[in-house]
Amino acid sequence: MSEDDDRSPPLDLRRADIAESSNKTRNCTGVSGSGGSVPGPGPSSMEFQAPYPDQVLENVLENVLQFLSSRRDRNAASLVCRSWWRVEALTRSDLFIGNCYSVSPRRATARFTRVRSVSIKGRPRFADFNLMPPDWGAHFAPWVTAMASAYPWLEKVYLKRMSVTYDDLALLAESFPSFKELVLVCCDGFGTSGLAVIASKCRQLKVLDLIESEVTDDEVDWIAFFPESGATCLESLIFDCVECPINFDALERLVARSPSLKKLRLNRFVSIGQLYLLMVRSPQLTHLGTGSFSATEGMAQGEQEPELFTAFAACRSLVCLSGFREILPDYLPDISPVCANLTSLNFSYAHINADQLKLVIFQCHKLQIFWVLDSICDEGLQAVASTCKDLRELRVFPFDAREDNEGPVSDLGLQAISEGCRKLQSILYFCQHMTNAAVIAMSRNCPDLEVFRLCIMGRHRPDRVTNEPMDEGFGAIVMNCKKLTRLAVSGLLTDRAFSYIGKYGKLVRTLSVAFAGDSDMGLKYVLEGCPRLQKLEIRDSPFGDAALRSGLHHYYNMRFLWMSSCRLFPQGCQEIARALPRLVVEVIRDDAIEHTDETVDILYMYRSLEGPRDDAPGFVTIMQ
Amino acid sequence: MAFDKELNLEATELRLGLPGTKESEKQPTIAIKSNKRALPNFNEESCGSKENSNASHLIQKRDQEIASPAKAQVVGWPPVRSYRKNCLQLKKMEAEAAGMYVKVSMDGAPYLRKIDLKVYKGYPELLKALEEMFKFSAGEYSEREGYNGSEFVPTYEDKDGDWMLVGDVPWDMFLCSCKRLRIMKGSEAKGLGCAV
Repeated sequence: MSEDDDRSPPLDLRRADIAESSNKTRNCTGVSGSGGSVPGPGPSSMEFQAPYPDQVLENVLENVLQFLSSRRDRNAASLVCRSWWRVEALTRSDLFIGNCYSVSPRRATARFTRVRSVSIKGRPRFADFNLMPPDWGAHFAPWVTAMASAYPWLEKVYLKRMSVTYDDLALLAESFPSFKELVLVCCDGFGTSGLAVIASKCRQLKVLDLIESEVTDDEVDWIAFFPESGATCLESLIFDCVECPINFDALERLVARSPSLKKLRLNRFVSIGQLYLLMVRSPQLTHLGTGSFSATEGMAQGEQEPELFTAFAACRSLVCLSGFREILPDYLPDISPVCANLTSLNFSYAHINADQLKLVIFQCHKLQIFWVLDSICDEGLQAVASTCKDLRELRVFPFDAREDNEGPVSDLGLQAISEGCRKLQSILYFCQHMTNAAVIAMSRNCPDLEVFRLCIMGRHRPDRVTNEPMDEGFGAIVMNCKKLTRLAVSGLLTDRAFSYIGKYGKLVRTLSVAFAGDSDMGLKYVLEGCPRLQKLEIRDSPFGDAALRSGLHHYYNMRFLWMSSCRLFPQGCQEIARALPRLVVEVIRDDAIEHTDETVDILYMYRSLEGPRDDAPGFVTIMQ
Repeated sequence: MAFDKELNLEATELRLGLPGTKESEKQPTIAIKSNKRALPNFNEESCGSKENSNASHLIQKRDQEIASPAKAQVVGWPPVRSYRKNCLQLKKMEAEAAGMYVKVSMDGAPYLRKIDLKVYKGYPELLKALEEMFKFSAGEYSEREGYNGSEFVPTYEDKDGDWMLVGDVPWDMFLCSCKRLRIMKGSEAKGLGCAV
């Protein structure tokens, strides 16, 4: 459930050019090699040697560098000199591509030849909220094609916001005999037929995780495609987002012959009675997604209750609980046996009130991660604050995500949490009304905050009590939370809020802005003040071309910039494209938006080694 | 039986504002600064995210201009993923669609009935339906005296387990608190101020 973050250092594209074309080498130790000549300074010294003079050193380097796991460290090591670059490339086994268009599959596979695990991210995050027209891109196809020949020993693929087709999955299943882990987060383009081919062909499969992905119902019984006999290697099977019925008998048999299964997250088509049957077969589970947590039509209501309690009592290793898609609150107390051990609880699809929550939350002393719906109200949050002293991550989602509702949670809930959960590191909070005071209180009470995302659903809404802008609250957050790396702002905000962010938000890497600011100054403050800024997404804010220009010194250091429905014009975007040749500047037309002027609908720009992509659809113009 | 006037529901209705004022139509309170497409129907936005984004939105926009000034929803705001919105939308619709079935007993009747309270818009309709179902007449309701002129009195059990006279509280409050109904014989309802 955690947000992934980017820890790679700024990519210095000019230096990358040098590393590629340079032929200056340094003899690191000055020891001459056994055969062959010592390379002197000179332009062509790299070209003719057959045995490397410092072959020994390279072997040593290889043995050392293979222990480096952090990609930030690896990126730094690769810039030391050419031989380090070469050895690092040979020893890198985990390849992380933060933006699938920043580098081509060909280039990546040519440089890193011994990769076992690949992570690729595609669409920008705001596409999740329907802000991007469909079919923009981020196709997995060219990647899997390149990897099929380059990485025959590939074991793991992690994709986020990519379009994956059946053919891609079929190719994957066929090309990698050692394939072990497939994780698809917020992906689309495939269906149950794709799952079936993975299940049937990947005999070493340990992990099949589908998280918030859109899976079409091809009416294929994919669970039945796992090999029928013998034990499976499955350790994790997550399919709670798959919106179609599954063959329960096949699933039960699968779970019965998966002794290593630790994580199982069911979809809402699994009833509570079926859940019981599965739990009985897998008491070793550490992560469980309960499915619907509701009885199906024909089941006798009284029967499951005592048994479910027993089933939970038998799961002594359970630490992470989620699901509850169609919860019948009467069954909630049955989870009591595991509450004391839970470190992660996801109630964000469970429409329960404060009283129902209290039945279980008072036992959850070890809880670190808690996702919930605002239906628990401020009162429910108070209960959380009083019990969960170890809470690190809280997410409160809106049950009814509209602007003009009353709002069951408010500044009161936030204040309570800040007072009770002092170790809080990450918060996402949807509400209708908020006060600066509560936000300031949180900034003081929770010094460990790294992620602060507050969504006041009413646009331009001021402090509920003072009627002032929310500038001071967010200002306090950036000022007092010294570890803050991710920030999302909302409510009525003037340029002042941004001046605070620019002045104090020195570690901020990701910033999300919506309906905020007065003028270009707002954006300028941020672009000039935040040296670590990597991901900036802005919508419906009055920032124009002049503000855009103020970030020229920084754009090569960023993963991307998204600006939609702001005050940008094509000329301004083109200026940026011309000033920074290694930046891909996409102006995306959204036909559903009405226009009275020539402003750009969506600007999405990112650094890239490849120049304009060749798969851009008609509504994308790449400025040059 | 003119229940509307008799029951005088407006007097018991809980409302903001001074007594005697009529509640005015909700005005949009937030100025829309951008040119963003407006989606009048929240359902449309969340279901089938991608396909709706083009032609149907333009049609909706036209329809919205014709309709009365409803609060315009902005695309992608609040920033909740379509998947989550759809799941919860289903729940909301189910909650609204699901009936609120309560048992109805009548003193002297051999078996009980069940009715869906959500089907009725208010007390007049409910009482009419009960009268038809059980073939009785409830009489005239007044706040002071309860039901006059009938040997049967409609009562209900509330969340606290107390037996209350049907019609005392506003309809919405009744819907939330009613657990079951009982049509009591007038002779038993002495404490409720009913004349037999």
